[in-house]
Amino acid sequence: MSVVPTPVLTANWGQERSWKLKKYLAGGGFKAAKKALGLSPEEVMGIVKDSGLRGRGGAGFPTGVKWSFVPQDNPNPKYLVVNADESEPGTCKDMPLLLASPHTLLEGIVISSYAIHCHTAFVYVRGEVAHVARRLQGAVAELYEAGWLGKDIQGSGFDLDIIVHSGAGAYICGEETALLDSLEGRRGQPRLRPPFPAVAGLYASPTVINNVESIATVPSILRNGAEWFQSMGTEKSKGFTIYSLSGHVANPGQYEAPLGTTFAELLELAGGIRAGHELKFFTPGGSSTPILTPADVDLPLDYEGMVGAGTMLGTKALQVFDETTSIVRTTLRWSEFYKHESCGKCTPCREGTWWLVQLLKKLEAGQGQEGDVDKLLAVCDDINGLSFCALAGGAVACVTSAVKHFRPEFELGYTTPAWEAYPYERSALFAGGAK
Amino acid sequence: MSETAPAELVTLTIDGIEVSVPKGTTVIRAAESIGIAIPRFCDHPLLAPRGSCRMCLVEIPDAGNGRGFPAPQTSCTMAVAPGMVVQTQLTSPKAKAAQEGIMELLLINHPLDCPICDKGGECPLQNQAMSAGRAESRFDGVKRRYEKPVKITDRLLLDRERCVLCARCTRFAEEIAGDPFISLAERGAYQQVGSYPGEPFDSVFSGNVVQICPVGAFTAADYRFNARPFDLVSVDTTCEQCAAGCSLRADHRHGSLRRRLAGVNPEVNEEWNCDRGRFHLPLGATDDRPLTPLLKDGGAMREASWPEALAAAAAGLRKALKTGVLPGPRQTAENAAAFAAFARDTLGTPSIDYRVRVKDENQAAFLLEQVKGKALAESVQYRDLENAAKVVLVDFDPEADAPIVFLRLFKGLRKGLKVVAVAAEPSRTLAKLKAELVETLEDAALDENTIVLAGERCASETLRQIATSPARWAWIPNDVGAIGAIDAGCLPGEGGLDVERMLNASMALVVGDDAVEAGMGFTVRLSDLGDDAAGADVWLPVATVTEQSGTFLNWEHRRGSVGLIAKGRVPAAAEVLAHLAGLLAAPETAGSEAGEGIPDFEPAEGEEVSA
Amino acid sequence: MSAIDERTMAELQEIAQRYPQPRSGLMPMLHLLQSVEGYVSDAGAEAVAELLGLTVAQVLGVATFYTQYRRQPGGKHQVGICATALCAVMGGDAVYQAVSDHLGIEDGQTSEDGLFSLERVECNAACDFAPVMMLNWEFMDNMTPEKAVKILEDLAAGREVQPRRGAKITSWQENERVLAGFYDGRADEGISAGEPSLRGKKAAEERGWKGESK
Repeated sequence: MSVVPTPVLTANWGQERSWKLKKYLAGGGFKAAKKALGLSPEEVMGIVKDSGLRGRGGAGFPTGVKWSFVPQDNPNPKYLVVNADESEPGTCKDMPLLLASPHTLLEGIVISSYAIHCHTAFVYVRGEVAHVARRLQGAVAELYEAGWLGKDIQGSGFDLDIIVHSGAGAYICGEETALLDSLEGRRGQPRLRPPFPAVAGLYASPTVINNVESIATVPSILRNGAEWFQSMGTEKSKGFTIYSLSGHVANPGQYEAPLGTTFAELLELAGGIRAGHELKFFTPGGSSTPILTPADVDLPLDYEGMVGAGTMLGTKALQVFDETTSIVRTTLRWSEFYKHESCGKCTPCREGTWWLVQLLKKLEAGQGQEGDVDKLLAVCDDINGLSFCALAGGAVACVTSAVKHFRPEFELGYTTPAWEAYPYERSALFAGGAK
Repeated sequence: MSETAPAELVTLTIDGIEVSVPKGTTVIRAAESIGIAIPRFCDHPLLAPRGSCRMCLVEIPDAGNGRGFPAPQTSCTMAVAPGMVVQTQLTSPKAKAAQEGIMELLLINHPLDCPICDKGGECPLQNQAMSAGRAESRFDGVKRRYEKPVKITDRLLLDRERCVLCARCTRFAEEIAGDPFISLAERGAYQQVGSYPGEPFDSVFSGNVVQICPVGAFTAADYRFNARPFDLVSVDTTCEQCAAGCSLRADHRHGSLRRRLAGVNPEVNEEWNCDRGRFHLPLGATDDRPLTPLLKDGGAMREASWPEALAAAAAGLRKALKTGVLPGPRQTAENAAAFAAFARDTLGTPSIDYRVRVKDENQAAFLLEQVKGKALAESVQYRDLENAAKVVLVDFDPEADAPIVFLRLFKGLRKGLKVVAVAAEPSRTLAKLKAELVETLEDAALDENTIVLAGERCASETLRQIATSPARWAWIPNDVGAIGAIDAGCLPGEGGLDVERMLNASMALVVGDDAVEAGMGFTVRLSDLGDDAAGADVWLPVATVTEQSGTFLNWEHRRGSVGLIAKGRVPAAAEVLAHLAGLLAAPETAGSEAGEGIPDFEPAEGEEVSA
Repeated sequence: MSAIDERTMAELQEIAQRYPQPRSGLMPMLHLLQSVEGYVSDAGAEAVAELLGLTVAQVLGVATFYTQYRRQPGGKHQVGICATALCAVMGGDAVYQAVSDHLGIEDGQTSEDGLFSLERVECNAACDFAPVMMLNWEFMDNMTPEKAVKILEDLAAGREVQPRRGAKITSWQENERVLAGFYDGRADEGISAGEPSLRGKKAAEERGWKGESK
């Protein structure tokens, strides 16, 4: 790969006390915010729009366009809510960012809030990460003290408050309308759309919900310009992103690279599959995206490329599994995740995930009956596309793509337990990985 | 009276049939308007769309903009659009298959309780499983189970495993009644309806959840295991518990009243009623109660035949120097008219009063002047409350005095209604209505955009102030028969005594309600509640509200018909008065000839009465 | 015998006032209740309902929706072992088994000495550190059965346990207070980033990638 203008987001990770404001400022922090406050909000929005930045939380919706949907003539307050609920299995980019450099996000929030005329912004961070909450709380306190939050920020006339809000354990709250209900103090179940959050979101007011990484990218765009961002990535997927590699790679970790990088290229950066093993399958963007196989390693990992391959870029969470892995086991465990996280609102997800887990458990135990694999697919058909939100779609994609690529292994479940066909301890990163 | 502009119509095509409906109508409602029933559970015409059961899936090949939806959509959340093309299960195999899939999924955790479940026979899940589901299920796994049933209140039982999580009950409790004492709890397949033992579902509207539950999850404790719907005969009637005028559906089995449900009446109670009307089963033909007239003989009451009793009543009334009539506040309009005619034409007395007690001497005059004979068309109506800018409550507690009025006011809040309460103590009801509490009528600022609701306790002086203000107003009595009685003239006119005076004078009285006390003089009491100990010289059992047909007038002066459940063995009050009138008109006779020509009261031919 | 005293009531109020609409404070209020009583008790739920003008049913409806809220008391420390596919396959199941055997309890139970509650948790966004254990919602990265058991032994013996990417372990209740939004001033404990988090940056530097031009 030729010389690549990243890392950007991860550039200051690992520096001594990188999370402190003093350190962040010394590294050039808040220059972008200063620049933004010197422009008009509309100009700032225009820059982000022009950059082509797309939401990094999985949906890939153009961020600047989302901001422009906010009706500025609506008399209600405008809200920015940062979705830091990172819970899609395999996704692990936002938590390290918030630990290492919360100010990257917070500077992004200042700029983004300014652009949409928001004066109260929220960071909804998943509850199961106490230290991330601390780093955010500490950073926000530093900004109030330094005059980067509160009234008349840095003499610009712009007021902004940031509220850090911890969740309490619910993957569904990563869905933006469920997040809003949760933030309002309710059960986190998705809402009907229309109305769309941009028009009636938090407290029935115009609201923009963006992923951590999306907002964290904004300062770099203001610093270097839309063209700079456009110079990276592919035609429709501009810029860079953090690819998370985990599993049976030699060096799992966060790999920032331009969009369109291939899995093969990332694998090379990550030292390849662990020694003595070979790739069996991987997820491009978390467990909710259809799996890919060794045949797909040279596909560009961008939004269009993945859709073209019948999957999705999602959260760029590349979970890598080698030949020691039982796909029946992983599919079952992911299905148990969806069943546990199903909010219960709609029939197909609530009941369907209950059923899928039972079928997969039988197959894992080698107790499947002839026809169970077809039954599995038939149940998926009765769920897919018929649910209230996309959680069920993810649950189904996980199953159908696994069966598509590894049907014989599922059918083996009619006779043989998965742990016999693929002894579980062999998949563990250490000796003795039990069933 | 508020005027609503004619709604803009939208034309779309459903299963090849063109239909025009008001803008904002959902596809499921539009389909119903042309007789197409799309299966559903969570959808209810009076609740905000939820889209959670996914049963009402339809295909929309054209959303009205030339593009279709790639996947089936829920018709309960989809507003119609001009040019939209919809295919329901009738014309779309994809929609049909989707519905079948959803139904199968709904049934995987549903217990096979039909044989012991109250809902069997009138169950939307049963019905739609047959019409919209597949014949067989492929599920052979383990169902989730719960301990059952949970006593949510003394009246309501919940069998959680039957619940399909449509959330109609919790939405009703929150959106319609303002009493969110039941709420969804837990998550995923263990999501369930929950309540808190320390805060029971003590809503006066709690019973409605039993009626709207589309399965047998919520059942009424009184009705549990009581009857099967195919054994029941339904009679439309009007509730007798207050003056709200709710339509009810009374279900009886061989004349024995088993339960009462809210009837559908968009202008009055929409599809709701309150627990008083729902759970109170009036006495009827199959109930054991005293059915033989009684005569006071030497200080004690003894049984007598009808001819003997009527003759004794006539004799006592004929002898009296002064007479008075106290019909009570629960009579049907027909019975009230009979009492009024009896007082006016037979007894020739101006002393008639339907009330039970009187504190305000000038109330009768006000009622005769301002309430009597008002037409429905000129009255404040329920829909006016919903659309009003401001409603002022004076001596009127909506949830206690006429609960369905409360529901309409609560509904109005969503449309911007402001409620003001005069000289009222803070209460939960007023908090639910977000009412502003003011001290005096002047503080309430009555203008032409205000509607005042005054209760029975309201002093006549205050009523006159209200009546002369620019506001529209309605007087809401506590009892079902009050308006009918007032219209019939059951109030003391020129020279007539009111109830307090009548009870304290030596005069012969004809009393029509057990709630009215005994007088000092000769008393003929017509009793439908069977309280044979209530003071009387002649005690005559009469038909209960279920044993006669008739009419009630509610506070709007709207007529509501009373449905006959089963004719009993005793006549209605009007019949008894007619016979008494006949006796009093005829020359005095004595002995066994008294009562000659009076037929024995037998049930009419063909009408069933059984114990 | 409720621990919901005046100070707690004042802090509950404070939380509600943080937000444009008080009901938004419900979730942090429940975290605060947990920090005070060790779980969401009936008394706690009633207090919150009263403060927010909700019914207790509504408050419990929220409390029972989210996995982190307990309706029964638990142990001083909460041990969460990721059971989602990737961690499980990477050895998380073996870690769980070792911990379960060591403590003598299963998922959802509390050890007899009241020190540890064991739970199988869902993906905690640290997949490059798999298999992961969470201790009072602090990251315990790259676990093996031995490491996990050692950590619990250390805690039981009163020895210090310092996660690399977190603050020294105190107790579940103390961390609940942080989740309630009451900053404890300990953000400066722990490192900036673990080795896996830096691997991409390192690989970039090795290849001479420029990053942002200065």
